[in-house]
Amino acid sequence: MSNGTLYDKVWDRHTVTTLPNGQDQLFIGLHLIHEVTSPQAFGMLRERDIDVAFPDRTFATTDHIVPTTPEGRERPLKDDQAENMLSALEQNTEEAGITFYGLDTNKQGITHVVAPELGLSQPGMTVACGDSHTATHGAFGSIGVGIGTTQIRDVLATGCIAADKQKVRRVEVTGELGDGVYAKDVILKIIQDLGVGGGVGHVYEYGGEAIKSLDMEGRLAVCNMSIEGGARAGYINPDETTYEYLKGREFAPEGDAWDEHVEYWESIRSDEDAEYDDVVEVDADGIAPMVSWGINPGQVIEVTDPVPTPEEVPKQDREAAQKAYDHMDVEPGESMQGYGVDVAFLGTCTNGRVSDFREAAKVLEGRSVDDDVWALAVPGSETVRAECEKAGIDEVFREAGFEWRQAGCSMCLAMNDDKLGAGEVCASSSNRNFIGRQGDKAGRTVLMSPAMVAAAAVEGEVVDVREVLN
Amino acid sequence: MAGVPQIRRIAGTGVPIRGDDIDTDQILPARFMKEVTFDNMGEYAFYDARRDENGVINDHPLNTYTGANIAVVNRNFGCGSSREHAPQGLMRWGMEGIVGESFAEIFRDNCKSLGVPAMTADAETVDRLQTFIEENPEAGIELDVREKTITFDGEVVDAEIDHAMREALLEGTWDTTAVMRSNMDRVRDVANSLPYVEDR
Repeated sequence: MSNGTLYDKVWDRHTVTTLPNGQDQLFIGLHLIHEVTSPQAFGMLRERDIDVAFPDRTFATTDHIVPTTPEGRERPLKDDQAENMLSALEQNTEEAGITFYGLDTNKQGITHVVAPELGLSQPGMTVACGDSHTATHGAFGSIGVGIGTTQIRDVLATGCIAADKQKVRRVEVTGELGDGVYAKDVILKIIQDLGVGGGVGHVYEYGGEAIKSLDMEGRLAVCNMSIEGGARAGYINPDETTYEYLKGREFAPEGDAWDEHVEYWESIRSDEDAEYDDVVEVDADGIAPMVSWGINPGQVIEVTDPVPTPEEVPKQDREAAQKAYDHMDVEPGESMQGYGVDVAFLGTCTNGRVSDFREAAKVLEGRSVDDDVWALAVPGSETVRAECEKAGIDEVFREAGFEWRQAGCSMCLAMNDDKLGAGEVCASSSNRNFIGRQGDKAGRTVLMSPAMVAAAAVEGEVVDVREVLN
Repeated sequence: MAGVPQIRRIAGTGVPIRGDDIDTDQILPARFMKEVTFDNMGEYAFYDARRDENGVINDHPLNTYTGANIAVVNRNFGCGSSREHAPQGLMRWGMEGIVGESFAEIFRDNCKSLGVPAMTADAETVDRLQTFIEENPEAGIELDVREKTITFDGEVVDAEIDHAMREALLEGTWDTTAVMRSNMDRVRDVANSLPYVEDR
């Protein structure tokens, strides 16, 4: 059993009591809601005539279903179902007194992009959201968990979830990253090593030099994909990089309160002699950019390696590998370099932040998107969009031939108009390559870093971005 | 709270859904989540997997084992997105219980919220159960939450169930809102003890 880790400390500080079924009643310090998974929960509250217990600890935005073009965002939305969801959220938040960053504000965006950039996500918090990528907020040294709609009802009604404490696995990532290799490559490497189900029953504490050296946006990308490794939460101990990032943000403490908070943040760091349930090491030294070749995020390789043959895949994963070869139309033993691309998609809660667009822009500067590629840049939030536009990054994208859109989840899960067509291949900075995830069930996704997406857009096929940059 | 039934046993017939790492995007494709209630989710369970490339109903188990109420699945079932729409869809399709080698945690929690027991057994047992159902689709099978067993083919085999889920189902306390609301004084104490929560 773990002892003295950040997870233990934050869990203890937030435990209300032990419930009759043996679970802990855990206080949630920050509850984020969006239009898709919350309306049913508000409905359940209404049926029981219960008020929202902590409206001031709850924040809402809209991301999953929103169109990403200015015309598309005019109300009422053309898609009646999308309009209904958005209206329901407006009404629910208004009635409950919950802050809502809607389309008419300049702060709307993906929950996991908005909360960090506003300074809402802080070390030592518990964060819950009806979205599995809530692990993102662990980048600050908080415990972020994705929950279902009935649990959203619980948080709205009581400020709490009923939860089992997990085991804590320290994931020690060693080595130094070369040029053209990013946080996204690190987390894909971790999932390649530990598997898509490897984290079930665990939270991941990421550490080691390759993690420590990442900036906050990189750390957010790593923690974001914890769930793709099966870990419900993942976190990084807070340090100067964390505090630097938070200072001056809208909801960050100021003055004396800042010092008090830093004291708390320091106190919840894992102890030097903390005990973990287990420790695993992942060597990221000199890794090449990563790409997926299959239909789950564990089916990834360094772009310089061949697609594994059935014999190279563990026996239990062979059936899934076969399904992946068929769906992706890839040959075992062959390289992913040269795999044709029809769509390039850059954005999402994994890689929709300013540094992602900045790195991609370095690739696009002076180059243009291949004639046969539809290239889509979707900032993770309106704040990100404004910052990119201020820095002229949008111009680089537009000149290269990308469409420069407004904020939302977009083609990560295709709940708006941004959809992948049948048979199309998408080079994507998103987090899931599940069949049908980006639109048509005959669409194909290749996961990669933003810079790799830009390079694929330019070349019309999967390439090693390092070769394009040189 | 009143009206929450205790769940000790699920008896009926099975539907084998073979494959590891079946994600919630397969179970309930995102484009069907644009409804503000769960009422219609039963129609969308495995919507794409149940149709061929021309949209014609294929031989997916949900098409062929109609009337079944116990799903038998393999490893890491329900991984990916946290959408409760997935177990809601299965439940509204008719699923009252589920047996697998392992479940993704959010999916398992969502099953608990809905009072749907999710039990686990080793790979060999699961395969044997799936094969038995495939050969005897009409044969009765039974999940016993209290005894932690599965009965099929005249045999009683051991299974596992998450402790909290088992207690909640047996005690009828899987409606956590009511249980947790009785502790609101203590919730406020905890909230007020945290440096980042303003006193209320």
